[in-house]
Amino acid sequence: MADMNRGNRPLSPHLQVYRPQITSVTSIFTRITGNALIVGTLLIVWWFLAAAKGPEAYARADWVLTSWLGDAVMFASLWALWYHTLAGIRHLIWDSVHGLELATAERLGLAVIAGSGILTVLTAIIV
Amino acid sequence: MVELALPKNSVVKTGKTWPQPQGASNVRKFQIYRWNPDTGENPRVDTYFIDMDKCGPMVLDALIKIKNEIDPTLTFRRSCREGICGSCAMNIDGTNTLACTKGMDEIRGTVKIYPLPHMPVVKDLIPDLTHFYAQHASIMPWLETETNEPVKEWRQSPADRKKLDGLYECVMCACCSTACPSYWWNGDKYLGPAALLHAYRWIIDSRDEATGERLDELEDPFKLYRCHTIMNCTKTCPKGLNPAKAIASIKKMMVDRTL
Repeated sequence: MADMNRGNRPLSPHLQVYRPQITSVTSIFTRITGNALIVGTLLIVWWFLAAAKGPEAYARADWVLTSWLGDAVMFASLWALWYHTLAGIRHLIWDSVHGLELATAERLGLAVIAGSGILTVLTAIIV
Repeated sequence: MVELALPKNSVVKTGKTWPQPQGASNVRKFQIYRWNPDTGENPRVDTYFIDMDKCGPMVLDALIKIKNEIDPTLTFRRSCREGICGSCAMNIDGTNTLACTKGMDEIRGTVKIYPLPHMPVVKDLIPDLTHFYAQHASIMPWLETETNEPVKEWRQSPADRKKLDGLYECVMCACCSTACPSYWWNGDKYLGPAALLHAYRWIIDSRDEATGERLDELEDPFKLYRCHTIMNCTKTCPKGLNPAKAIASIKKMMVDRTL
């Protein structure tokens, strides 16, 4: 084949055209929640450090973390923690070569979404 | 590397809208990716209209009708028209499948057709699969033996033969690998679901005597372990196979052999 244009070949569309699947969306959210939780963890560490440092530093950190924005971040982190935990359990199941049939895998995905929502609300009510 | 946007030369432009069929009552709209290597222009999406009363039921029927009656320059691979050769693999209605086995009644609204995702395009719906085939070759897709050849054939019990079901049926259409985001971002080093399914097909073949070497070959941060069980592969496989499960099985063998 006369292949004169090999260097200039376009890359075919990917994310732009591929339809999201339950399994792919739940997968990317596992990664997103995992990374977002780093931020939440740093805020908690800041809280503890401030508490160790003294009343003034603690008051400042406490003000930020219990403001409406702090509350929102903590609530989102709570969901992220539950989501990431359940998704992690799903990965453990998969690592043992179970639950990999398509229908089961999709059901597990829905279970992670529903379960993380329910557990987040329950935790928020109880704690 | 993760690159969410397309390179400059790959951004898809709006193309030509071809005339509607005259006097047809059952017209369907098709949007099809076009790229001509001879013009140096960016890819575009052309719009076609087909009289469905005069067209077969499969997406491939529509493509052939367009090529025969509307636009002879439309370029795509096809051969067997019954899902066994794997030639007409493309992205249809947002997922990868074979145009010959995808019924148009399975699609709602406009039929959108692109080449297999994140591949270099040769022309229109034809991707360059050179690297994909090289990866398949790299897993040694043949029987490796050390013992002397038997007088007749290498024998296998029905139970052992059964382990190959769901693996040997793969037609190497590349739908799974090009559906995998991990393969999009790391396809240069990650083998992808198709090659790994084939790797597993030889790993668990009772007659093969190179299981250890095969596993050694895959013990690599990229070749095998870029699989994050996203499962787009299994979801999209036009033959109903399960590459994700095959890959998980290899990962488990990796662990089992160290215990």
